[in-house]
Amino acid sequence: MKTVISSYCVIRNHQIMVNGETVLTKEKDLPFSEFIKTAYDLNALPYLKFFKMDDLCKLAFVASEFLLKNNKLAEQYGAENVSLLFANTSSSLDTDINYYNTVKDFPSPALFVYTLPNIMLGEICIRNKIKGKTAFFIFEQFQAEFLCNYATQLIRHKKAKAVIIGWVELLNKNYDAFLCLIEETDNGIALTKQNLEKLYTT
Amino acid sequence: MKTVFAAQGNIISSLGFTAEENFSAMEQGSSGIKKHNNTKFLPFPFYASLVDSEKLNKNFSALSENENYTRLEKMFILSIADVLAKSALDVKSENTLLIISTAKGNINLLEEANYGGFPEKRLLLAEMANQITGFFGMKNTPLVVSNACISGVLGIITAQRLIGSGQYENVIVTGGDLVSEFTLSGFNSFKALSDEPCKPYDIKRKGITLGEGCGTVLLTSNDKLLNKSEKKIRVAGGSVSNDANHISGPSRTGEELALAVNTAITEACCGKQIDFISAHGTATDFNDEMEAKAFSVAGLEHIQLNSMKGFFGHTLGAAGVIESIVTVETMKRNVLLPSLGFENSGVSMPLNITRKSESKQINTALKTASGFGGCNAAVVFKSV
Repeated sequence: MKTVISSYCVIRNHQIMVNGETVLTKEKDLPFSEFIKTAYDLNALPYLKFFKMDDLCKLAFVASEFLLKNNKLAEQYGAENVSLLFANTSSSLDTDINYYNTVKDFPSPALFVYTLPNIMLGEICIRNKIKGKTAFFIFEQFQAEFLCNYATQLIRHKKAKAVIIGWVELLNKNYDAFLCLIEETDNGIALTKQNLEKLYTT
Repeated sequence: MKTVFAAQGNIISSLGFTAEENFSAMEQGSSGIKKHNNTKFLPFPFYASLVDSEKLNKNFSALSENENYTRLEKMFILSIADVLAKSALDVKSENTLLIISTAKGNINLLEEANYGGFPEKRLLLAEMANQITGFFGMKNTPLVVSNACISGVLGIITAQRLIGSGQYENVIVTGGDLVSEFTLSGFNSFKALSDEPCKPYDIKRKGITLGEGCGTVLLTSNDKLLNKSEKKIRVAGGSVSNDANHISGPSRTGEELALAVNTAITEACCGKQIDFISAHGTATDFNDEMEAKAFSVAGLEHIQLNSMKGFFGHTLGAAGVIESIVTVETMKRNVLLPSLGFENSGVSMPLNITRKSESKQINTALKTASGFGGCNAAVVFKSV
């Protein structure tokens, strides 16, 4: 068995691609909130927590839904054996600014809880009953080498059986999401820095 | 896997500007938590543990002529500079990495007109990190870990993996966060702020007291960098888990923190032979209760435990680094510190909480943390 990228999902420019195939394209002038709601609706299951999330978490959540589909990772590998390694550039700054705008008037606890980038990891763990190792890193740009090495180590040292690598960035209406699932199986794209970089830039 | 040693450390907090100053103050039972009346931060008086700004600026001026750094950047730089002054580390080597643990970084710039005169991009954590590596001329791009209140412990665990696997020989882990209008108003909106100094695990606890500060520790596989006269301490195991329960409330059972603890203990091969636990202990009802359940689930309820929040408040992303440095000092000096603010247990499961400073041989210690997003982290330190 090899350590492979078994599936991946890219959301950018109001387009969603799963394993290289386009599953949704919307007009560029559509507000992000409407675009992400349309994407959410494509997955049939109602999940009311979605509507409480900030934009960054909605983006991460929708990407994870498309990535995992009916894949029950927690059941397959054990809740504690699934890891999440995520990163972005702007942390939760988009929501930080929105929260701070409420401070002088009436500070919003519903917004404050989203002023941490790792909340998206919590949302994905709750949705998928994942209890394994999670980490959120900040980079100036997507760091294929670091994420590839870290995921490889987690699997090689038996600290995880499956890893979701995520890049979920959102600030001032600019956004970019790339998620991929790393597993040990015979089918998939070999997990290398080059392959990760290539899938991210497609 | 290479052995990862904990070498020199520094703490900047309300209790002092070195690890030694902080430890001495703690040994004497001093708290840095004070009542503040600063309407820029909150419209009413509040308790917090704040770093002395005058001393911070004075110490920084003595270190550098270029003072174009934010308040938090000055803390990071002073803290790292103190560690480097006490170490033979080549900070410019390609074998040395800087890990920065922080929840909110320079978030206070949002509160200042024109971002306090700094470029807007200083709000970005990677840009803040570059200022710090730039100051010291470090070669490698710094790694920023931002995972709410486990950021500090996760920084240490990440460093352990990067050194253990041989990717770097040395990692400087620094954790820092500020008390600001942003954080105070946020925790206050959650009704999580205590109106008196926090009392972790106590029946009369009323919530969190926020603190600010910075902790820095050098982790290395090179034992030549250790102080010869001191007990050698290594990072023996570490793990992380997620509650998968709620984004702003902890697990109801504590099973997930227990999972992280048990995995860290297994990696450290120490069984239940732990001499001391430095727990998270924020003094909120839910956190302390969850921890008490977790230590019961893990079968560690009899082990002497403290929370350091009564000394310097909850320093968010810095907490795991600062409290790990104190834990390592506890092991080197064989002195247990009290859990300040604790009188009578207010949790449903038994815990063996330290009440006073005492001498005790401490060869294995566990440090834990938990935070928003349902994250838990545990790290085991062992003497060699």
